[in-house]
Amino acid sequence: MDPECSQLLPALCSVLADPRQPVADDTCLEKLLDWFKTITEAGSSLLLLQENPCLLGLLCHVLKPQDLSPRVLAFSLRLAGMLAAQEDCFQYLQQGELLPRLFGEAGPLGGAAWTAPSVRSGWIQGLRSLAAEPRFLLFLSLSPTPGAVDTIFSLQGDSSLFVASAAGQLLVHILGLSLQGAAEGHPGLQTGDWPVCAQKIVSHIEESLRSAATPQITQALNVLTTTFGHCHDPWTQVLWVRLSPLVACLLEKDPVPAAHSLVDLLLSVARSPVLSSSSCGLWETLAQTLSHLSPTQAGPLALGILKLQECPQALRAQAFAVLLQPLTCVLEATAQAPGLLDSLDGTGGASVTVDTLLPSKAACVGLLCRTLAHLELLQPLPQRPSPWPQAPLLGATVTILRLCSGSATPTSDAGGHLCAFLVGCVRVQRAALDFLGTLSQGTGPRELVTQVFAVLLEYLTSPDSSPTVLKKAFQATFRWLQSSPETPGCSDLDPHTQLFLRELLPVLPKRLCSPCWEVRDSGLEFLTQMIGHWGGQAGFRHALLASEVPELTEQLLRDPESYVRASAVAAMGQLSSQGLRVTPASPEHPGGQQKSLLAELLHILSTDSEGFPRRAVMHVFTQWLRDGHADVAGDTERFVARVLQVASQDLDWEVRAQGLELALVFLEQTLGRPSSHCPYAVTPPVAAPPSPLAQALRPLCRVQLFEFAFRALFDCDRPVAQKSCDLLLFLRAQTASYSGPQGSGSVPEVASVEAALQRWQAGDQGQPLGYLEPEVVVAVLRSMDLEGLRGVLAESSDRVEKSPQSLLQDMLATVGALGEDEADCY
Amino acid sequence: MLDCGLDMTSTLNFLPLPLVQSPRLSNLPGWSLKDGNAFLDKTELIDLSTVDVILISNYHCMMALPYITEHTGFTGTVYATEPTVQIGRLLMEELVNFIERVPKAQSASLWKNKDIQRLLPSPLKDAVEVSTWRRCYTMQEVNSALSKIQLVGYSQKIELFGAVQVTPLSSGYALGSSNWIIQSHYEKVSYVSGSSLLTTHPQPMDQASLKNSDVLVLTGLTQIPTANPDGMVGEFCSNLALTVRNGGNVLVPCYPSGVIYDLLECLYQYIDSAGLSNIPFYFISPVANSSLEFSQIFAEWLCHNKQTKVYLPEPPFPHAELIQTNKLKHYPSLHGDFSSDFRQPCVVFTGHPSLRFGDVVHFMELWGKSSLNTVIFTEPDFSYLEALAPYQPLAMKCIYCPIDTRLNFIQVSKLLKEVQPLHVVCPEQYTQPPPAQSHRMDLMIDCQPPAMSYRRAEVLALPFKRRYEKIEIMPELADSLVPMEIKPGISLATVSAVLHTKDNKHVLQPPPRPTQPTGGKKRKRASDDIPDCKVLKPLLSGSIPVEQFVQALEKHGFSDIKVEDTAKGHIVLLQEAETLIQIEEDSTHIICDNDEMLRVRLRDLVLKFLQKF
Repeated sequence: MDPECSQLLPALCSVLADPRQPVADDTCLEKLLDWFKTITEAGSSLLLLQENPCLLGLLCHVLKPQDLSPRVLAFSLRLAGMLAAQEDCFQYLQQGELLPRLFGEAGPLGGAAWTAPSVRSGWIQGLRSLAAEPRFLLFLSLSPTPGAVDTIFSLQGDSSLFVASAAGQLLVHILGLSLQGAAEGHPGLQTGDWPVCAQKIVSHIEESLRSAATPQITQALNVLTTTFGHCHDPWTQVLWVRLSPLVACLLEKDPVPAAHSLVDLLLSVARSPVLSSSSCGLWETLAQTLSHLSPTQAGPLALGILKLQECPQALRAQAFAVLLQPLTCVLEATAQAPGLLDSLDGTGGASVTVDTLLPSKAACVGLLCRTLAHLELLQPLPQRPSPWPQAPLLGATVTILRLCSGSATPTSDAGGHLCAFLVGCVRVQRAALDFLGTLSQGTGPRELVTQVFAVLLEYLTSPDSSPTVLKKAFQATFRWLQSSPETPGCSDLDPHTQLFLRELLPVLPKRLCSPCWEVRDSGLEFLTQMIGHWGGQAGFRHALLASEVPELTEQLLRDPESYVRASAVAAMGQLSSQGLRVTPASPEHPGGQQKSLLAELLHILSTDSEGFPRRAVMHVFTQWLRDGHADVAGDTERFVARVLQVASQDLDWEVRAQGLELALVFLEQTLGRPSSHCPYAVTPPVAAPPSPLAQALRPLCRVQLFEFAFRALFDCDRPVAQKSCDLLLFLRAQTASYSGPQGSGSVPEVASVEAALQRWQAGDQGQPLGYLEPEVVVAVLRSMDLEGLRGVLAESSDRVEKSPQSLLQDMLATVGALGEDEADCY
Repeated sequence: MLDCGLDMTSTLNFLPLPLVQSPRLSNLPGWSLKDGNAFLDKTELIDLSTVDVILISNYHCMMALPYITEHTGFTGTVYATEPTVQIGRLLMEELVNFIERVPKAQSASLWKNKDIQRLLPSPLKDAVEVSTWRRCYTMQEVNSALSKIQLVGYSQKIELFGAVQVTPLSSGYALGSSNWIIQSHYEKVSYVSGSSLLTTHPQPMDQASLKNSDVLVLTGLTQIPTANPDGMVGEFCSNLALTVRNGGNVLVPCYPSGVIYDLLECLYQYIDSAGLSNIPFYFISPVANSSLEFSQIFAEWLCHNKQTKVYLPEPPFPHAELIQTNKLKHYPSLHGDFSSDFRQPCVVFTGHPSLRFGDVVHFMELWGKSSLNTVIFTEPDFSYLEALAPYQPLAMKCIYCPIDTRLNFIQVSKLLKEVQPLHVVCPEQYTQPPPAQSHRMDLMIDCQPPAMSYRRAEVLALPFKRRYEKIEIMPELADSLVPMEIKPGISLATVSAVLHTKDNKHVLQPPPRPTQPTGGKKRKRASDDIPDCKVLKPLLSGSIPVEQFVQALEKHGFSDIKVEDTAKGHIVLLQEAETLIQIEEDSTHIICDNDEMLRVRLRDLVLKFLQKF
């Protein structure tokens, strides 16, 4: 500990010990503990105590009966636990009987302060830290703290969730600790031979499992779940063998108590390598649980089973059948083609009717959403069930979507009920569209795929689709279009897709005119994706050009909503890159010269009041420069100069940062380096002849790239400065071999630039640098401490404020204990 | 009589009435330009002269009023709110104006003869009861009909002949639209017609006052339950913008009041964002000006938001600003100023939604040939395909965005859960899914107990009986009563009074004192005034405990007593005296053979167990 802190500590301790002083907030105490933790981790706790007797004073002080704040009490308990975790310090504190007094009956445990949850939590956390000390278990069983374990038991049911959860975890820890030594060498050791402490905990768990009260069962199950989840020692197997009959008994109750916790426990057991490999009836229990739980509760279990790496095939089949039940019901109720039904139902498991599985609207919606989400998670996994019933799943999802839109015609009463539940249900629509999108990864029979596109089109067309549903529909459509097969031997789209596009493109203009901005925005995003993917294909180009979409997109550049303008900028950038921008004389300016898109985007960059469109413009410009877009290639230097000039004055740091990205692309193109994946990597200097490099730098100077980069270097936003620093370092590495005119560093011009830069760094960025000669630039670059700057920038901005000294000062300042201001308080 | 709406779908059987003679329309094969303007489709179910009161729910539901009140002998009163009357008048005025400005050169009615009608092409030959179709009423008839209306305000209680009290409540559907409560002292019937729970311009629906109804008559639900108004408005705006951007014109056939206010408000928010600020909006109707102005002055009938604007003060509807900035212009007709101001592309709102008369006919003829133009149907009352039939072939785009803000079935089920009426009565159509979508179980009224449905011309007995009447007691009579508590909380008193009934009000008045003969003067005979007041026997109450009664009998010397239990009570047999005492819940009989002494003794014994007052 540095001397400054040592000096401040006594004052702080006396403030904390004084009940009349307002105590600093929890965050400060938490930071203080963090600080002590780093100190004790780095050195001796005993030394810390000896050098700072005030700490011991504080710990003793809190034991006196007084009106101390619960926070300080909790803090002291945690501090004591932390300090006592080291052996010598433990002994030191034990000598004064301090620990038993703090954690035993005589301490806060029996007092009024115990009613505060923070004190109970502090007590548990203190013990938890203390548990690192080898004699902890002995300490627990020693006379002043005989009831500690019982207290922990009771705290499991604490009204504060934090306390209850910490108590459970502490129990797990104690159990693990007590068995670590004992059972390590003897894997066959039976529970009867376990240490007293472990036996006590196990009996408590058994008792809880036998209890009729659900909260107690939940606590026991949670402790076991954590135990099996964290510890894979052989003794866990012994424990499971002993407890599994009791767990199995829970299944016989109706309804099964604490089903969620039970599912968690069983999955935790199944994931444990020690337990799952042994033959301790686990799989039978899982199978039994699957069939006993209600459909809602069984879903997560089924998903968990299917995610297991190793598991009996029969159980997997059963789990999958449980997971698919709701979808089977949907197919059954709507009397789909029997073929579809068989392949879903044939996996085993009793067939359930709609009435039992989907009894009410809330239950039906909830279960379907969960099922679809579970299947969506399962679909991409390598261990997903095989064969994957792609076709029935597609059929069921399409049916659900059609039930939601009211376009399905159920033939049975059950189907009618289902229809009434689902019509217009946005939640199910969103879940089903998400899952439908995921299903695009696989194939399906042609007629089903046709149905998929039909239902997607229905959603995209329907005026009743809510904006969020529409967005999902766009996403799913794009994914299905992406997965549609390419016609062999032909680079163009397959005829079905073309047909679909022909129907889709008339829908898009209407969406782009929607009064709801979210719809316009997602329409534009979809368009951008589409152009990016198929912009080069004749069929798509033809259909797009024949529609009103390009023209409408251009009009949306002037949308009142900034997000829409940003998306329109991105879409126009794509359209223009692909040569799909149409420039007919618009009805508003008949015969008039239409503005070039470049000019229009520059206008947005310099005048738009919102950041998003400006950022989008910078992205488009960077892409254009990278791709050598025709509008840019004509006069690249003028383009870059103009963009950098506008970007440097932008108030949005992301625009400035993107400006640096564009500068980097230009730089790479100018210096003729192929862009690597790691553009900032410092590469060994290339031995280049001096004059061509000066030549090469000249365009950079002409576009005033350096002025932009230097300005960015002293940017008030750190990411910009860091990016600029990296760029300049890269540039300096490139010019390392350059040997310009000797003594360039002393040229007056260089000095004046350096002076200007110093002023900039000081915050006065008013004066421009003007045109710089390459030699001057190189000289300035060499003279700058860019590495040092990078180091400073890499440190977080609050490094000064985070020091322990400042923390202590802050805490003292809040109570006015720092001296001179004291008199003013009254 | 609850409402008198006018079913105008029969107009679809006729040709449009063009402003100028249209050679195309007059030469259509299969269409005869002979007869026109006949609307009313009703059967003479009742003698209208016997109708005492008509309650009007909203301005759409009063369009048949002149047919009811004029030339029928009707002498009753019509109740409606002020906006309903004013806007209803505008709708009627527009209708009359549309019809009258294109007078028919000739008219024919021979075809209505059933034998001839049978030969006509479909759908005319299938039209029912054409003989009852009537010509459109005149302005004079409208004025006369409207003069019979008495204005009412929301929550105002109106006594009808003392028999029932009726109260209009806000229904949230249109300016001044109401639901009605019809109640007596012990029964309450709610009439819910054309209500809306959506936030549009009118005052929100008053649901709380509908609670505790014995019967809730539910009608006027949305015509298009599958179309969500929000989605439709979005559709309307998108299609409008698309058309105009491409240089086309948009035609919106509509009524001059109602949804048009909401559409203008949506467009007000939308046009800037859609870049349509330069596009002119025209509203053409003989009553366009009045409609736009009326909407601004009925502040107390508007939703809270709009009401607060009035205090700022600002016009409650933004169409005032559209008019001020010249974006919205209104004209009484195509002639005059409009023709000089007319600029394309534009958006025109005009009537009539049936496309059979009004300025819309002209625009259909004018714009129908170009695929750049679009007609957007927003009124749900007419089948748009039938409306378009005489204009086929049509190049112009047709968009159907029916905007019906009235209750849908989900809202109905929420409403019924909230209001919890004992019985629901509704038209039969609402109790089953629409025939075209028989699987949509959600598109019907689902309530417990199941709704009672009625069909056209069916007589339905409402499921309640009037069991009680409230009777008032005059204070001086009440003063004279001497109540006696027979059970804690229940007191009884006998009362002698004169029941005075007038206008279905019942009042107990003190009986007039027998007037003392004052000698010589004329006086009414006593029997006129004084009811025959006998000396009243005391009333008895209580029950006879059989065991104690038997003991009492024994104490009084009766022996050989036998008690039999019967279904209604007991029979005490005095075998020796050959006497039978039958004790039942509400009667006691002593049956003995001509031994009056014995009977009186027994009677007195019985009376000892009863309370007298």
